[in-house]
Amino acid sequence: MSFLASKQNLPFVLILVAGIAAPFLFPDHINEIAVLWLMIVFASTWDILGGQMGYNSLGNIVFFGAGMYICAIVQIGLFYDVGMYTSGARTTHIVFTSDQYFTGFAIGTFVAGIGAAALAIVAGWIVFGLRGPYFAIGTLGLAVAAGEMLSSWELVGAASGISMPVFPGGPNVQRLFFYFLLFVLALATLVFVRWLYSTNFGLALNAIRDDEEKAEAMGIHTRRYKRTAWALSAVFLGFAGAIFGNMNGYIEPRNIAFPIATFNLFMVVMVLLGGKGTLWGPVIGAVIFHTIKEVTWTYFLGWQFIALGVLIVVTIVYFQQGVAGWLMEKFPETFKQRTIIGRGREPGLRGRLAPQPEGAE
Amino acid sequence: MDTILSNISILTAAPALNLGLLIDGILIGAIFALAAYGLALVWGVMNVKNLAQGDFIMLGGYIAWSLGRHGIHPLFGVPVAFVMLWGIGWVIYRLVITKVITRDLFTSLLATFGLAIIIQQSLNLAFGSDTESAHSGLPTWQLANGLITIPSTRVLGFGLAVLLALAVILFMKNSRMGQAIRATAQDARAARVLGIDTEKVYSFTFCLNAAICGAAGALVALVWNIQPFYGTTYSIRLFVIVTAAGFGNLPGVIAAGFGMGVFEQFGGFLLGAQFQQALIVLLLLGVLAYRQIQYLRVRQAVQ
Repeated sequence: MSFLASKQNLPFVLILVAGIAAPFLFPDHINEIAVLWLMIVFASTWDILGGQMGYNSLGNIVFFGAGMYICAIVQIGLFYDVGMYTSGARTTHIVFTSDQYFTGFAIGTFVAGIGAAALAIVAGWIVFGLRGPYFAIGTLGLAVAAGEMLSSWELVGAASGISMPVFPGGPNVQRLFFYFLLFVLALATLVFVRWLYSTNFGLALNAIRDDEEKAEAMGIHTRRYKRTAWALSAVFLGFAGAIFGNMNGYIEPRNIAFPIATFNLFMVVMVLLGGKGTLWGPVIGAVIFHTIKEVTWTYFLGWQFIALGVLIVVTIVYFQQGVAGWLMEKFPETFKQRTIIGRGREPGLRGRLAPQPEGAE
Repeated sequence: MDTILSNISILTAAPALNLGLLIDGILIGAIFALAAYGLALVWGVMNVKNLAQGDFIMLGGYIAWSLGRHGIHPLFGVPVAFVMLWGIGWVIYRLVITKVITRDLFTSLLATFGLAIIIQQSLNLAFGSDTESAHSGLPTWQLANGLITIPSTRVLGFGLAVLLALAVILFMKNSRMGQAIRATAQDARAARVLGIDTEKVYSFTFCLNAAICGAAGALVALVWNIQPFYGTTYSIRLFVIVTAAGFGNLPGVIAAGFGMGVFEQFGGFLLGAQFQQALIVLLLLGVLAYRQIQYLRVRQAVQ
């Protein structure tokens, strides 16, 4: 009972209730709400680097896409020849039995998480010597390169993609199944990052953000920390990619697995909109952004990307401290307790209420 | 792999083809160098990395192309795009860039990325996503029994790019505004103390860069092809060029621009055109990794 009573856990309880109730309250919008959980995973994992560590990545989508493809290859490769499947799936219909589907999916998702993390560690060797905007551009290059490479790799269907195995069950079951998977993933991500920020590891990340040279001088192995942090966010992105690929039923490199201008950019914008460097800022940002996006998608058909671009520019130029940052500035006393400082051992040290200084790099 | 080897054997069997690719690369590289100079200018003076650079180029390209469709020779598009992009650059500067100059680099990077999306999507809505090319109606020269074909538009484009680059360089060297821009790049605060209106300098620099991109884009439409989403590739190309040259290094930017053109021609020939974008991006990663190794070496020396 103490879990429920604790003020710290209140948001989690609310999210749990909202997440379980949502598909029954809005049965017509299950997919949209499922994507909202995906967005929360995106934003929270981006903030591990962008907010807490001060490394603004423009290439986190790599792990999402990699997870998607790793899962697909494992899922298909366990039972069929991948090359045959990808070239034949467009003409012949290969049926996966229920058992095959779920074992493949479970193993595939697991491997996707591990694979994405391994990729993050390897890629980390290349990009983590870069600082500031060079890091952003380098990771952006990584994402573009990944998309381009996969669109010319014949084994996985090149640019025409892969039709994923068909879910054994009705459309309603399928929708709920993937909804709850993404919901659980989002919840797990939030629990994980909250725990992460309360450990010494979280403090080390903040130290890197505040002054990397000094952090290094204090004996923090900055490179190791940076790579580990990236790998941790990659695990969740890999899981998310695996689940989303199956939910979508069809994967393709440029627009679904490595969408540079959509999901990839959304991560950053959601965090900035909500307020970076906080636990709940990315969540708030994801909710606001996703709602606005769905509305513009419905009412500005054809203009939606322009509306999105305008939203991005306006957020970045005029409202960079984000909702959480704005609230903290406005009501510093109220928010002192509700932020992630709560579980810290030295409250004085852990007060990061002040908005992040600009020019952190 | 086989295609690469067979392509290499074609190149060794017919040396004239190498020359053809080299000439093509140099002719196109001049346009890259021109636009990269604009990027380096804005980067050096305002400390803003403009990720919408490639999209400015596409805007210029579509201006020249539209002129061509309305019966006006697309060559005329070069000055028209220059002037129009100057205006567009001014509007963008007023609305967005002026707010991000004082912020950290990531802010300007993201803001210009957002701008890039807006420009791309607007072009897509206005002109559709087909690949277009402005026809100049100029002849194509053939050398070495037809192994080397040089479209005279490319030579013309090269000449115009060089002329424009020379004009800009002379302007920066000799005019009052050019001096003010260079002074601001060296030390904005000192320039302000000495009575230079840095706000005006910033605005002028950004407009000049947009205009240069516009003219370069008109040339791209003439000698190559344009498409609303090609802008990103151009932005990455230019970024590679400026990063590889090390900024503030004008001869380096020009050399890297030509190098980029030649690299792309040979790479595209050896691997096939579908790998072109991947090649550029890999080059970017290579350049960044190289810079990083250099940086490590410097740190070692300090220790």
